[in-house]
Amino acid sequence: MNYHWDWLFFFQEADDGLKYYEWVVSGAAWTTGVSLAALVLALVLGSLLGVMRTTPHRALVAIGDTYVDVFRNVPLIVQLFLWFFVVPELLPKGLGDWVKQDLPYYVTAVVGLGLYTAARIAEQVKSGIHSLPRGQRFAGLALGLTEWQTYRCVRLPMAYRIVLPALTSEAMNIFKNSAVTYAVGILELYFQYKQIIEKTSQVLEITIVATALYFALAYGMNQTLALIERRTRVPGLIAGGKGGH
Amino acid sequence: MNDFDFAVVLDNWRFLAEGLRYTAQVTVVAMVGGILLGTVLALMRLSSMRPLQWFATIYVDFFRSVPLVQVILAFYLILPLLLQMLTGQMIPLGADKSAYVTFMVFEAAYYSEIMRSGIQSVSRGQVAAGYAMGFTYGQTMRFVVLPQAFRNMLPVLLTQTIVLFQDVSLVYAIGATDFFGAADKITQRDLRPVEMYTTVAVVYFLICFSLSRLVKRLQSRVAIIR
Repeated sequence: MNYHWDWLFFFQEADDGLKYYEWVVSGAAWTTGVSLAALVLALVLGSLLGVMRTTPHRALVAIGDTYVDVFRNVPLIVQLFLWFFVVPELLPKGLGDWVKQDLPYYVTAVVGLGLYTAARIAEQVKSGIHSLPRGQRFAGLALGLTEWQTYRCVRLPMAYRIVLPALTSEAMNIFKNSAVTYAVGILELYFQYKQIIEKTSQVLEITIVATALYFALAYGMNQTLALIERRTRVPGLIAGGKGGH
Repeated sequence: MNDFDFAVVLDNWRFLAEGLRYTAQVTVVAMVGGILLGTVLALMRLSSMRPLQWFATIYVDFFRSVPLVQVILAFYLILPLLLQMLTGQMIPLGADKSAYVTFMVFEAAYYSEIMRSGIQSVSRGQVAAGYAMGFTYGQTMRFVVLPQAFRNMLPVLLTQTIVLFQDVSLVYAIGATDFFGAADKITQRDLRPVEMYTTVAVVYFLICFSLSRLVKRLQSRVAIIR
Protein backbone atom coordinates (compact mmCIF):
# COMPACT_ATOMS: atom_id res chain seq x y z
CA MET A 1 0.00 0.00 0.00
CA ASN A 2 1.53 3.30 -1.02
CA TYR A 3 0.07 5.34 1.79
CA HIS A 4 2.38 8.00 3.10
CA TRP A 5 2.36 7.97 6.90
CA ASP A 6 3.22 11.30 8.44
CA TRP A 7 2.38 11.80 12.10
CA LEU A 8 4.23 15.11 12.27
CA PHE A 9 1.70 16.92 10.09
CA PHE A 10 -0.23 17.64 13.30
CA PHE A 11 2.46 20.18 14.15
CA GLN A 12 2.34 21.91 10.80
CA GLU A 13 0.66 25.24 10.48
CA ALA A 14 -2.76 25.34 8.81
CA ASP A 15 -4.17 28.20 6.70
CA ASP A 16 -5.48 30.11 9.67
CA GLY A 17 -2.13 30.23 11.51
CA LEU A 18 -3.10 27.55 14.01
CA LYS A 19 -1.46 24.15 14.01
CA TYR A 20 -3.51 21.10 13.05
CA TYR A 21 -3.36 19.62 16.51
CA GLU A 22 -4.91 22.85 17.79
CA TRP A 23 -7.82 22.28 15.41
CA VAL A 24 -8.26 18.84 16.95
CA VAL A 25 -8.12 20.21 20.49
CA SER A 26 -10.65 22.96 19.76
CA GLY A 27 -12.90 20.40 18.05
CA ALA A 28 -12.78 18.14 21.07
CA ALA A 29 -13.59 21.11 23.32
CA TRP A 30 -16.65 21.99 21.22
CA THR A 31 -17.78 18.37 21.22
CA THR A 32 -17.51 18.27 25.01
CA GLY A 33 -19.28 21.60 25.49
CA VAL A 34 -22.15 20.93 23.11
CA SER A 35 -22.63 17.39 24.45
CA LEU A 36 -22.63 18.33 28.13
CA ALA A 37 -24.96 21.29 27.61
CA ALA A 38 -27.35 19.11 25.58
CA LEU A 39 -27.13 16.41 28.24
CA VAL A 40 -28.22 18.81 30.98
CA LEU A 41 -31.18 19.94 28.90
CA ALA A 42 -32.04 16.35 28.03
CA LEU A 43 -31.88 15.21 31.65
CA VAL A 44 -34.17 18.00 32.87
CA LEU A 45 -36.70 17.74 30.06
CA GLY A 46 -36.46 13.95 29.85
CA SER A 47 -37.13 13.57 33.57
CA LEU A 48 -40.09 15.90 33.36
CA LEU A 49 -41.55 14.00 30.40
CA GLY A 50 -40.79 10.64 31.98
CA VAL A 51 -42.61 11.63 35.17
CA MET A 52 -45.53 13.04 33.18
CA ARG A 53 -45.96 9.69 31.45
CA THR A 54 -46.39 7.89 34.77
CA THR A 55 -48.93 10.25 36.33
CA PRO A 56 -52.62 9.34 36.50
CA HIS A 57 -53.48 12.37 34.33
CA ARG A 58 -54.50 11.27 30.85
CA ALA A 59 -53.57 14.56 29.23
CA LEU A 60 -50.06 14.62 30.69
CA VAL A 61 -49.48 11.02 29.62
CA ALA A 62 -50.66 11.84 26.11
CA ILE A 63 -48.34 14.84 25.85
CA GLY A 64 -45.36 12.81 27.06
CA ASP A 65 -46.13 9.86 24.78
CA THR A 66 -46.59 12.07 21.74
CA TYR A 67 -43.32 13.87 22.40
CA VAL A 68 -41.41 10.61 22.63
CA ASP A 69 -43.06 9.19 19.50
CA VAL A 70 -42.31 12.29 17.45
CA PHE A 71 -38.72 12.79 18.55
CA ARG A 72 -37.75 9.13 18.27
CA ASN A 73 -39.13 8.61 14.81
CA VAL A 74 -37.39 11.42 12.94
CA PRO A 75 -33.63 11.18 12.26
CA LEU A 76 -31.44 13.55 14.27
CA ILE A 77 -30.01 15.29 11.22
CA VAL A 78 -33.51 16.03 9.94
CA GLN A 79 -34.49 17.39 13.37
CA LEU A 80 -31.48 19.70 13.39
CA PHE A 81 -32.33 20.96 9.91
CA LEU A 82 -35.89 21.60 11.06
CA TRP A 83 -34.68 23.72 13.99
CA PHE A 84 -32.28 25.67 11.79
CA PHE A 85 -34.14 26.17 8.52
CA VAL A 86 -37.83 25.51 9.09
CA VAL A 87 -38.80 26.63 12.58
CA PRO A 88 -37.48 30.23 12.18
CA GLU A 89 -39.69 30.59 9.08
CA LEU A 90 -42.76 29.37 10.90
CA LEU A 91 -42.33 31.73 13.87
CA PRO A 92 -43.76 35.26 13.78
CA LYS A 93 -41.50 37.44 11.64
CA GLY A 94 -39.75 39.38 14.39
CA LEU A 95 -39.01 36.32 16.48
CA GLY A 96 -37.93 34.28 13.45
CA ASP A 97 -35.46 36.98 12.38
CA TRP A 98 -34.07 37.15 15.90
CA VAL A 99 -33.52 33.37 15.90
CA LYS A 100 -31.86 33.55 12.49
CA GLN A 101 -29.64 36.58 13.14
CA ASP A 102 -28.99 37.07 16.84
CA LEU A 103 -29.41 33.72 18.55
CA PRO A 104 -25.98 32.02 18.55
CA TYR A 105 -26.21 28.98 16.28
CA TYR A 106 -24.65 26.70 18.88
CA VAL A 107 -27.63 27.39 21.17
CA THR A 108 -29.92 26.07 18.45
CA ALA A 109 -27.70 23.02 18.00
CA VAL A 110 -27.63 22.31 21.75
CA VAL A 111 -31.41 22.65 21.93
CA GLY A 112 -31.84 20.33 18.93
CA LEU A 113 -29.55 17.66 20.33
CA GLY A 114 -31.03 18.07 23.81
CA LEU A 115 -34.64 17.71 22.68
CA TYR A 116 -33.69 14.62 20.65
CA THR A 117 -31.96 12.99 23.62
CA ALA A 118 -34.74 14.00 26.02
CA ALA A 119 -37.07 11.53 24.30
CA ARG A 120 -34.65 8.68 25.04
CA ILE A 121 -34.16 9.79 28.64
CA ALA A 122 -37.92 10.06 29.11
CA GLU A 123 -38.18 6.39 28.10
CA GLN A 124 -35.60 5.39 30.69
CA VAL A 125 -37.09 7.47 33.49
CA LYS A 126 -40.53 6.11 32.76
CA SER A 127 -39.35 2.50 32.81
CA GLY A 128 -37.47 3.21 36.05
CA ILE A 129 -40.58 4.52 37.74
CA HIS A 130 -42.66 1.65 36.39
CA SER A 131 -40.14 -0.87 37.73
CA LEU A 132 -40.97 0.17 41.30
CA PRO A 133 -43.72 -1.72 43.11
CA ARG A 134 -47.01 0.19 43.17
CA GLY A 135 -46.93 -0.16 46.94
CA GLN A 136 -44.26 2.53 47.11
CA ARG A 137 -46.67 5.13 45.83
CA PHE A 138 -49.51 3.86 48.00
CA ALA A 139 -47.28 3.91 51.06
CA GLY A 140 -46.29 7.48 50.29
CA LEU A 141 -49.90 8.55 49.83
CA ALA A 142 -50.92 6.72 53.01
CA LEU A 143 -48.29 8.70 54.90
CA GLY A 144 -50.05 11.85 53.77
CA LEU A 145 -47.58 12.84 51.03
CA THR A 146 -49.03 14.56 48.00
CA GLU A 147 -48.71 12.93 44.58
CA TRP A 148 -45.75 15.22 43.78
CA GLN A 149 -44.09 14.44 47.10
CA THR A 150 -44.29 10.70 46.42
CA TYR A 151 -42.26 11.40 43.29
CA ARG A 152 -39.73 13.68 44.95
CA CYS A 153 -39.17 11.78 48.18
CA VAL A 154 -40.00 8.18 47.37
CA ARG A 155 -40.12 7.17 43.75
CA LEU A 156 -37.60 9.31 41.86
CA PRO A 157 -34.69 8.69 44.24
CA MET A 158 -35.15 4.96 43.65
CA ALA A 159 -35.98 5.18 39.95
CA TYR A 160 -32.91 7.23 39.06
CA ARG A 161 -30.61 4.79 40.76
CA ILE A 162 -32.24 1.85 39.01
CA VAL A 163 -31.93 3.38 35.54
CA LEU A 164 -28.46 4.83 36.04
CA PRO A 165 -26.79 2.17 33.84
CA ALA A 166 -29.21 2.96 31.00
CA LEU A 167 -28.68 6.69 31.52
CA THR A 168 -24.94 6.07 31.37
CA SER A 169 -25.20 4.65 27.88
CA GLU A 170 -27.39 7.57 26.77
CA ALA A 171 -24.82 9.97 28.20
CA MET A 172 -22.12 8.17 26.20
CA ASN A 173 -24.27 8.24 23.07
CA ILE A 174 -24.65 11.98 23.21
CA PHE A 175 -20.94 12.47 22.42
CA LYS A 176 -21.35 10.34 19.32
CA ASN A 177 -24.61 12.01 18.33
CA SER A 178 -23.07 15.45 18.76
CA ALA A 179 -20.96 14.68 15.67
CA VAL A 180 -24.09 15.24 13.58
CA THR A 181 -24.16 18.92 14.58
CA TYR A 182 -21.30 19.50 12.13
CA ALA A 183 -24.03 19.63 9.47
CA VAL A 184 -25.41 22.83 10.98
CA GLY A 185 -22.02 24.47 11.31
CA ILE A 186 -20.73 23.54 14.76
CA LEU A 187 -16.92 23.32 14.58
CA GLU A 188 -16.76 20.18 16.72
CA LEU A 189 -14.43 17.22 16.48
CA TYR A 190 -16.00 15.57 13.46
CA PHE A 191 -16.05 18.88 11.58
CA GLN A 192 -12.34 19.35 12.21
CA TYR A 193 -11.74 15.71 11.26
CA LYS A 194 -13.42 16.27 7.92
CA GLN A 195 -11.63 19.56 7.39
CA ILE A 196 -8.20 18.13 8.20
CA ILE A 197 -8.78 15.29 5.72
CA GLU A 198 -9.69 17.83 3.03
CA LYS A 199 -6.56 19.88 3.71
CA THR A 200 -3.95 17.18 4.28
CA SER A 201 -5.29 13.80 3.01
CA GLN A 202 -3.70 12.13 6.05
CA VAL A 203 -6.85 10.01 6.50
CA LEU A 204 -5.46 7.23 8.65
CA GLU A 205 -3.61 9.33 11.21
CA ILE A 206 -6.50 11.66 11.86
CA THR A 207 -8.98 8.76 11.91
CA ILE A 208 -6.93 7.10 14.62
CA VAL A 209 -6.67 10.31 16.64
CA ALA A 210 -10.35 11.28 16.32
CA THR A 211 -11.47 7.76 17.18
CA ALA A 212 -9.24 7.73 20.23
CA LEU A 213 -10.65 11.07 21.37
CA TYR A 214 -14.26 9.96 20.97
CA PHE A 215 -13.36 6.80 22.83
CA ALA A 216 -11.74 8.83 25.63
CA LEU A 217 -14.75 11.14 25.97
CA ALA A 218 -17.18 8.26 26.18
CA TYR A 219 -14.91 6.41 28.60
CA GLY A 220 -14.57 9.49 30.83
CA MET A 221 -18.35 9.83 30.96
CA ASN A 222 -18.68 6.13 31.71
CA GLN A 223 -16.22 6.33 34.61
CA THR A 224 -17.83 9.46 36.06
CA LEU A 225 -21.23 7.84 36.06
CA ALA A 226 -19.83 4.58 37.40
CA LEU A 227 -18.50 6.58 40.32
CA ILE A 228 -21.91 8.16 40.89
CA GLU A 229 -23.44 4.71 40.60
CA ARG A 230 -21.15 3.31 43.30
CA ARG A 231 -21.83 6.26 45.58
CA THR A 232 -25.59 6.12 45.21
CA ARG A 233 -26.21 2.39 45.01
CA VAL A 234 -29.15 1.07 46.94
CA PRO A 235 -27.93 -1.29 49.65
CA GLY A 236 -29.42 -4.73 49.35
CA LEU A 237 -30.21 -4.78 45.60
CA ILE A 238 -28.45 -7.32 43.37
CA ALA A 239 -27.69 -4.54 40.90
CA GLY A 240 -25.95 -2.64 43.66
CA GLY A 241 -22.54 -3.70 42.44
CA LYS A 242 -20.86 -3.38 39.06
CA GLY A 243 -21.02 -0.28 36.85
CA GLY A 244 -22.86 -0.47 33.54
CA HIS A 245 -21.16 0.00 30.21
CA MET B 1 -43.39 33.30 5.87
CA ASN B 2 -44.86 32.75 2.42
CA ASP B 3 -47.57 30.20 2.03
CA PHE B 4 -46.67 26.57 1.98
CA ASP B 5 -46.12 25.60 -1.61
CA PHE B 6 -46.33 21.88 -2.01
CA ALA B 7 -45.91 22.14 -5.75
CA VAL B 8 -42.17 21.92 -5.17
CA VAL B 9 -42.65 18.54 -3.48
CA LEU B 10 -45.01 17.25 -6.16
CA ASP B 11 -42.73 18.43 -8.98
CA ASN B 12 -39.81 16.53 -7.53
CA TRP B 13 -41.57 13.45 -6.22
CA ARG B 14 -39.73 11.13 -8.59
CA PHE B 15 -36.34 12.28 -7.31
CA LEU B 16 -37.52 11.97 -3.70
CA ALA B 17 -38.94 8.50 -4.31
CA GLU B 18 -35.64 7.47 -5.85
CA GLY B 19 -33.89 8.66 -2.69
CA LEU B 20 -36.33 6.79 -0.48
CA ARG B 21 -35.75 3.64 -2.52
CA TYR B 22 -32.00 3.97 -1.96
CA THR B 23 -32.55 4.46 1.79
CA ALA B 24 -34.72 1.35 1.89
CA GLN B 25 -32.20 -0.67 -0.11
CA VAL B 26 -29.31 0.25 2.15
CA THR B 27 -31.48 -0.58 5.17
CA VAL B 28 -32.42 -4.03 3.89
CA VAL B 29 -28.92 -4.96 2.73
CA ALA B 30 -27.35 -3.72 5.97
CA MET B 31 -30.00 -5.51 8.02
CA VAL B 32 -29.50 -8.90 6.35
CA GLY B 33 -25.72 -8.59 6.18
CA GLY B 34 -25.50 -7.05 9.62
CA ILE B 35 -27.56 -9.78 11.29
CA LEU B 36 -25.51 -12.53 9.61
CA LEU B 37 -22.20 -10.91 10.49
CA GLY B 38 -23.53 -9.99 13.93
CA THR B 39 -24.56 -13.58 14.62
CA VAL B 40 -21.08 -14.79 13.70
CA LEU B 41 -19.58 -12.15 15.99
CA ALA B 42 -21.92 -13.16 18.82
CA LEU B 43 -20.92 -16.82 18.43
CA MET B 44 -17.26 -15.80 18.44
CA ARG B 45 -17.77 -13.77 21.57
CA LEU B 46 -19.45 -16.69 23.33
CA SER B 47 -16.99 -19.29 22.07
CA SER B 48 -14.37 -20.81 24.32
CA MET B 49 -11.49 -19.74 22.08
CA ARG B 50 -9.79 -16.69 23.52
CA PRO B 51 -8.53 -15.06 20.27
CA LEU B 52 -12.03 -15.25 18.77
CA GLN B 53 -13.49 -13.68 21.93
CA TRP B 54 -10.96 -10.88 21.82
CA PHE B 55 -11.56 -10.20 18.17
CA ALA B 56 -15.34 -9.99 18.63
CA THR B 57 -15.06 -7.86 21.76
CA ILE B 58 -12.70 -5.37 20.13
CA TYR B 59 -14.82 -5.23 16.97
CA VAL B 60 -18.04 -4.56 18.86
CA ASP B 61 -16.59 -2.08 21.38
CA PHE B 62 -14.78 -0.24 18.62
CA PHE B 63 -17.80 0.35 16.41
CA ARG B 64 -20.02 1.13 19.36
CA SER B 65 -17.78 3.95 20.52
CA VAL B 66 -17.28 5.83 17.24
CA PRO B 67 -19.81 8.24 15.74
CA LEU B 68 -21.50 6.75 12.68
CA VAL B 69 -20.85 9.86 10.53
CA GLN B 70 -17.14 9.44 11.15
CA VAL B 71 -17.25 5.78 10.18
CA ILE B 72 -19.18 6.63 7.02
CA LEU B 73 -16.57 9.15 5.91
CA ALA B 74 -13.60 7.03 6.99
CA PHE B 75 -14.87 3.96 5.13
CA TYR B 76 -15.60 6.01 2.04
CA LEU B 77 -11.97 7.14 1.99
CA ILE B 78 -10.24 4.03 3.32
CA LEU B 79 -12.11 1.27 1.42
CA PRO B 80 -10.59 2.29 -1.95
CA LEU B 81 -7.14 2.19 -0.31
CA LEU B 82 -7.83 -1.33 0.96
CA LEU B 83 -9.14 -2.47 -2.41
CA GLN B 84 -6.05 -1.07 -4.03
CA MET B 85 -3.88 -2.96 -1.61
CA LEU B 86 -5.75 -6.22 -2.29
CA THR B 87 -6.11 -6.00 -6.05
CA GLY B 88 -3.22 -3.74 -6.93
CA GLN B 89 -5.30 -1.39 -9.02
CA MET B 90 -7.35 1.71 -8.35
CA ILE B 91 -11.04 0.86 -8.20
CA PRO B 92 -13.11 3.95 -7.56
CA LEU B 93 -15.91 3.12 -5.14
CA GLY B 94 -18.78 5.60 -5.23
CA ALA B 95 -20.39 7.07 -2.14
CA ASP B 96 -23.58 5.11 -2.74
CA LYS B 97 -21.76 1.75 -2.90
CA SER B 98 -19.46 2.33 0.06
CA ALA B 99 -22.50 3.10 2.24
CA TYR B 100 -23.74 -0.50 1.84
CA VAL B 101 -20.49 -1.88 3.21
CA THR B 102 -20.24 0.73 5.95
CA PHE B 103 -23.71 0.13 7.32
CA MET B 104 -23.36 -3.63 7.17
CA VAL B 105 -20.08 -3.59 9.09
CA PHE B 106 -21.20 -0.90 11.53
CA GLU B 107 -24.63 -2.32 12.32
CA ALA B 108 -23.16 -5.80 12.78
CA ALA B 109 -21.69 -4.55 16.05
CA TYR B 110 -25.14 -3.57 17.33
CA TYR B 111 -26.90 -6.66 15.97
CA SER B 112 -24.23 -8.84 17.54
CA GLU B 113 -24.97 -7.48 21.01
CA ILE B 114 -28.65 -8.24 20.47
CA MET B 115 -27.92 -11.76 19.20
CA ARG B 116 -25.56 -12.35 22.10
CA SER B 117 -28.23 -11.61 24.67
CA GLY B 118 -30.65 -13.70 22.59
CA ILE B 119 -28.31 -16.68 22.65
CA GLN B 120 -27.71 -16.22 26.36
CA SER B 121 -31.45 -16.21 26.98
CA VAL B 122 -31.71 -19.78 25.67
CA SER B 123 -31.39 -22.21 28.54
CA ARG B 124 -28.28 -24.33 28.92
CA GLY B 125 -30.29 -27.53 28.83
CA GLN B 126 -31.08 -26.87 25.17
CA VAL B 127 -27.40 -27.02 24.25
CA ALA B 128 -26.90 -30.15 26.34
CA ALA B 129 -29.93 -31.73 24.69
CA GLY B 130 -28.51 -30.92 21.26
CA TYR B 131 -25.22 -32.60 22.07
CA ALA B 132 -27.06 -35.56 23.62
CA MET B 133 -28.86 -36.04 20.28
CA GLY B 134 -25.44 -36.35 18.66
CA PHE B 135 -25.48 -32.91 17.03
CA THR B 136 -22.17 -31.19 16.42
CA TYR B 137 -21.58 -27.63 17.70
CA GLY B 138 -22.62 -26.21 14.34
CA GLN B 139 -25.79 -28.28 14.20
CA THR B 140 -26.73 -27.47 17.80
CA MET B 141 -26.41 -23.78 17.03
CA ARG B 142 -28.17 -23.99 13.67
CA PHE B 143 -31.10 -26.18 14.61
CA VAL B 144 -31.57 -25.59 18.33
CA VAL B 145 -30.10 -22.41 19.76
CA LEU B 146 -30.12 -19.81 16.99
CA PRO B 147 -33.76 -20.27 15.90
CA GLN B 148 -34.89 -19.67 19.50
CA ALA B 149 -32.47 -16.80 20.02
CA PHE B 150 -33.61 -15.21 16.79
CA ARG B 151 -37.24 -15.57 17.70
CA ASN B 152 -36.73 -14.14 21.18
CA MET B 153 -34.86 -11.19 19.79
CA LEU B 154 -36.94 -10.52 16.67
CA PRO B 155 -38.66 -7.41 18.08
CA VAL B 156 -35.34 -5.96 19.26
CA LEU B 157 -33.67 -6.73 15.93
CA LEU B 158 -36.49 -4.97 14.10
CA THR B 159 -36.35 -1.98 16.44
CA GLN B 160 -32.64 -1.71 15.69
CA THR B 161 -33.52 -1.84 12.00
CA ILE B 162 -35.83 1.16 12.42
CA VAL B 163 -32.90 3.00 14.01
CA LEU B 164 -30.77 1.90 11.06
CA PHE B 165 -33.39 3.20 8.62
CA GLN B 166 -33.12 6.63 10.26
CA ASP B 167 -29.34 6.48 10.44
CA VAL B 168 -29.03 6.05 6.68
CA SER B 169 -29.77 9.81 6.54
CA LEU B 170 -26.17 10.33 7.69
CA VAL B 171 -24.83 9.42 4.23
CA TYR B 172 -25.37 13.15 3.84
CA ALA B 173 -21.73 13.30 5.04
CA ILE B 174 -20.45 11.76 1.80
CA GLY B 175 -23.06 13.30 -0.48
CA ALA B 176 -24.92 10.12 -1.43
CA THR B 177 -28.50 10.71 -2.53
CA ASP B 178 -30.65 9.00 0.05
CA PHE B 179 -34.12 10.29 0.93
CA PHE B 180 -32.81 13.19 3.02
CA GLY B 181 -29.95 13.82 0.58
CA ALA B 182 -32.45 14.08 -2.29
CA ALA B 183 -34.54 16.61 -0.36
CA ASP B 184 -31.43 18.55 0.53
CA LYS B 185 -30.27 18.71 -3.09
CA ILE B 186 -33.68 19.95 -4.22
CA THR B 187 -33.55 22.57 -1.47
CA GLN B 188 -30.16 23.80 -2.66
CA ARG B 189 -31.66 24.32 -6.11
CA ASP B 190 -35.21 25.53 -5.45
CA LEU B 191 -34.63 27.22 -2.08
CA ARG B 192 -37.79 25.89 -0.46
CA PRO B 193 -36.37 24.51 2.83
CA VAL B 194 -39.65 24.69 4.74
CA GLU B 195 -41.60 22.47 2.35
CA MET B 196 -38.80 20.02 1.65
CA TYR B 197 -37.52 19.41 5.18
CA THR B 198 -41.02 19.29 6.62
CA THR B 199 -41.99 16.68 4.04
CA VAL B 200 -38.93 14.60 4.86
CA ALA B 201 -39.64 14.78 8.59
CA VAL B 202 -43.29 13.83 8.14
CA VAL B 203 -42.52 10.91 5.83
CA TYR B 204 -39.81 9.59 8.17
CA PHE B 205 -42.18 9.92 11.09
CA LEU B 206 -45.04 8.12 9.36
CA ILE B 207 -42.83 5.23 8.22
CA CYS B 208 -40.94 4.76 11.48
CA PHE B 209 -43.97 5.28 13.69
CA SER B 210 -46.06 2.70 11.84
CA LEU B 211 -43.16 0.24 11.74
CA SER B 212 -42.57 0.59 15.48
CA ARG B 213 -46.30 0.02 16.14
CA LEU B 214 -46.13 -3.13 14.01
CA VAL B 215 -43.09 -4.30 15.98
CA LYS B 216 -45.02 -3.79 19.19
CA ARG B 217 -47.88 -5.92 17.86
CA LEU B 218 -45.41 -8.57 16.73
CA GLN B 219 -43.74 -8.57 20.13
CA SER B 220 -46.85 -9.87 21.82
CA ARG B 221 -47.41 -12.41 19.01
CA VAL B 222 -43.99 -14.07 18.93
CA ALA B 223 -43.33 -14.16 22.64
CA ILE B 224 -42.64 -17.80 23.45
CA ILE B 225 -44.99 -18.96 26.12
CA ARG B 226 -43.04 -20.51 28.94
